[in-house]
Formats: sequence, structure tokens, C-alpha cells
Amino acid sequence: MSERPSHSTKGGMRRFLDRYAPPAIVVVITIALWELIIQVFDVPTYIWSAPSLIAKTMQEEFSDLLGHAWVTLSEALVGFFFAVVLGLAFGFLVHFSTIARRGLYPLLIASQSIPTVVLAPVFVLVLGFGIWPKVAVVALFCFFPIVVGTIDGLMGVDREYVRMMLTLDATRMGIFRRVEFPSALPQIFTGVRVGATYAAIGAVFGEWAGSQAGLGWQMLQAKGRLDTALVFADIVFITVMALGLFGLVSLVERLTIPWARKGGLT
Amino acid sequence: MSSASAPASTATIDLRGIHHRFGELVVLTGVDFTINRHERLGIVGPSGCGKSTLLSAIAGLIQPDEGTVAIDELTTAEQRLRRCALMPQRDLLLPWRTAIDNAAIALENRGMKREQARERTRPLFERFGLAEFEERTPAELSGGMRQRVAFLRTLMAEKDILLLDEPFAALDSITRSGMQEWLLSALEQEPRTVLLVTHDVDEALLLTHRVIVMSSRPGRIVRTLETDLPRDRPRREVVTSPGFAHLKESALEALEL
Repeated sequence: MSERPSHSTKGGMRRFLDRYAPPAIVVVITIALWELIIQVFDVPTYIWSAPSLIAKTMQEEFSDLLGHAWVTLSEALVGFFFAVVLGLAFGFLVHFSTIARRGLYPLLIASQSIPTVVLAPVFVLVLGFGIWPKVAVVALFCFFPIVVGTIDGLMGVDREYVRMMLTLDATRMGIFRRVEFPSALPQIFTGVRVGATYAAIGAVFGEWAGSQAGLGWQMLQAKGRLDTALVFADIVFITVMALGLFGLVSLVERLTIPWARKGGLT
Repeated sequence: MSSASAPASTATIDLRGIHHRFGELVVLTGVDFTINRHERLGIVGPSGCGKSTLLSAIAGLIQPDEGTVAIDELTTAEQRLRRCALMPQRDLLLPWRTAIDNAAIALENRGMKREQARERTRPLFERFGLAEFEERTPAELSGGMRQRVAFLRTLMAEKDILLLDEPFAALDSITRSGMQEWLLSALEQEPRTVLLVTHDVDEALLLTHRVIVMSSRPGRIVRTLETDLPRDRPRREVVTSPGFAHLKESALEALEL
């Protein structure tokens, strides 16, 4: 319904280009300009690196980068997993229990005024230098959008559906399983998608607070050596990781709730 | 307010002195009536006259501030909830379920396995002109089709009392006429005790045995009409007959229209 009629007559390839060609062109032009400015003004490589140099560094250091990326990705995935499980569990608790809603929900909102980043060193002190302080930072980063998505999704369920289900002999659990949870899924996925983009950044923050490996650690090392191109290479890897996680969640979303794209509840 | 033309004599629903308010707003006052078993009762009235509140009270979704609602002597809200199925104005079909899974939801709510619930619902799709639409999602159905599925869902609750809250108000008038005939034949096949709330006088007169006209807020009963119209005639003959015109005039007069 949101598409103009002319789109329906176009082929899949045409639609793909319509959608992705404009941003791709912008990216290509930006990179070209960047390269040109660096070359023309002869900027020293330790201040700012040309895309060509970054690409070369990525090629040369690829296996090293990949090894560190794997460390960061593990931290991000484990932390993200905990955030999803805890976010859903907390959301369900607040939905089902009036006590939790009145006692915990305001505190949860208030807790967001604590900058998560500053807690990273505390986690290192408590949890040591292994994977767990990073996991904790990631989980804390991702938890909030997921729990808010879950709670808002469950609270936003149309009461008329619940009334109808009550006259159709539904139990509290039946209403939750057949109406409330599915209808909250689009909003839950929105929260999970936002959380997924935070996961990689959360892992990098965790590594900055203390670590022996990972893209964040490598970045700090490269900065110390004034190896700016490697810093950029790390940024590229972190960005790709964040986009990948975002894309993965979007894919799962498309497969799980195909009906949501046709307008959701009536 | 006794009814002469009811199809059976056992009283099933009995309302006495219903009075209900939302805060300061009195929505229902002094409402009494009885509905007999397998009788179809229509309630017409202006918007905001408390028709829907009345349905909620009968269904056991709310307990009125004053007065009693009894279904076969049972007066608690929980007991009533077990006897009534509600069909709302919006179809409220769940988009993640196919038509047949939507219609079978009450069976699943009672603990039946999905496959078994589907098998039990399937014959109804054939009987009521929905064969081959079983696996469609609600988004793939027309408004009239969706409303039929919503009605089958209400039937599949296997309750003896159906509460229909403006079931066709969201449809265009041509679709609505078709749906009224369809509902009439469905109810002739599957007789139930029916309460039909509507603001469409024609619809109430066509589909029910008796029509209660309610005043604007606070809602109370201003007239009761026995609709002894022939049910076996085509709709256009009925709505153009002098008997129908007379009843309609009387209802409109009571509505002060």
C-alpha cells in the first residue's frame, strides 16, 4: 500500500537498484573525495589516512584483524544473548506483576541516567580481564532498548483483543501466548535491532577499560604507534560487525513475523 | 415486556434493574428485560446509550453497579463469561494466524491441540461458504470474508449465547446486506440465543425476533417491538412490505428521529 503503483510493474533488479543505488553512489563519491583531498594536500599518514592506505593495511593485516574481530565478536554475541534473555524476562515480569511494574520499572528508567561507559572499569575490577567484563558492558548497553521494546509492546496491546479472548475461554497464559506476545513482537524486534547495533560498540568500550585482545585493544595499540591506518581499519571492522548484527536481526525478524509488514493488527 | 413470539419458552438471560455509571456519567438506568432460549433480541439506540456496556455486563466482562444479570440463575461474572461469546464490530482477526486458525482459537484456548481444533472447524468453513479460504491470512480476505471468519470464531466457542456488537457496522452497505442474509441463514442452521446490538434499525428488524429501542444517555428502554416478519422471503420483499415499514416507523419514532 505504501508503494506507488509504478513499482509493482518493475522487476526485482530494478527495485533493488532504486533502493540501494543512491546511498551507494554517495558512499563512493565520499571515498573518492577523501582520497583526492589527502593526495592533493599531502596530509601525513599518521594524522589522517587515505582510503587506499586503509585498504592496503586491511589487506596486509587481515589475519590479525580477523583474529581480534573474532574476540570482539564473541564478547558482543555473548553479551547480546544475555541482554535479549534478560530484557525479555524483565519485560515479561513487569507485564505480569503489578509489584514489579510499580517497584522496578521507574528504577529501570532512572538507571539510564547512569552513563554505562563509566561502569566498564568497575566491571574490570570485579570480573577481571577475561571475556566477562566485556560481556557485562555489552549486556548493559543492549538491555535497555530490548526491555523497553518488550514492555511497550506488551502494554500497547489493544484491550479489545483481550476482551474478545476472555469470552473465548482464554486463560491469562493463553492470552499472553496467542495475542499479547505475538502482537508485541514487532516492537520487541525494534528494541532487539537497536540493541544489536550497540553490541559491537559495547564490546569495544569493554576492551578499552582493560583487555589483551580484540579490535578495541588493537585500536589502542595502533594509536600508540601512530598507526592511523590500522585505527581506521579497526573502525571499518567494528562498523561491519555492527551492520552485520543489525542485518542478522532484521533477517530473523522478516522470517519470524512476515505478517508485520502487511500492517500488523487491524 | 413479555414476548409472545419467542421460539422457546425457557428463559435464559434475565436482567433486573441494571444501573451503571462511569465516574459521574450514568450510562444505564433501570434496564430490565428477559431473553428466551434461542431468541434473537436486537438492541438499537443512539451512540453512547450504553448498548455496548450492556453487552459487557451480560458477557461478564464487567459487573453492573446495581441490578442483577442472571444466565440460567447464574449471576457471577465468571459464570456468565463461560456462557457467552462476543463478536465485536472490528473483526479482530489475528494477522499471524490463518483464517481457520483464527476461527479455531476458542478450541485452542480450552486446551485442544491445533490440528484437532482445525479439523473440528473445517466443516463450518464448507457449510458457510468459506471453503478454500481456510489457509488465507486475514490480510488476503475482503472485509465481508473477514467478518464471516470472525462470526465462525464466535460460533466455534460453542457457547449458547452470542453477543454481537455492531458486527457489520464497518462494512459498506452492499456487503452489509449480503452479510445480513448470510448471518440469518447461519443462525437458522445453528440456532443460538443472540443479542444483536446495532444502530441500524433495518438490521435489527431483519435479523431478530424482538427489538428493544433505547434512549440516549442515560440509556433506558423506551420501546419493545415484536418483529413477526416472514423469514423465508427474499430480503427486498421483506424490507418493502407494509409490516416492515410500520415497525420501522415505530422504532424511528421511539428514537425520536
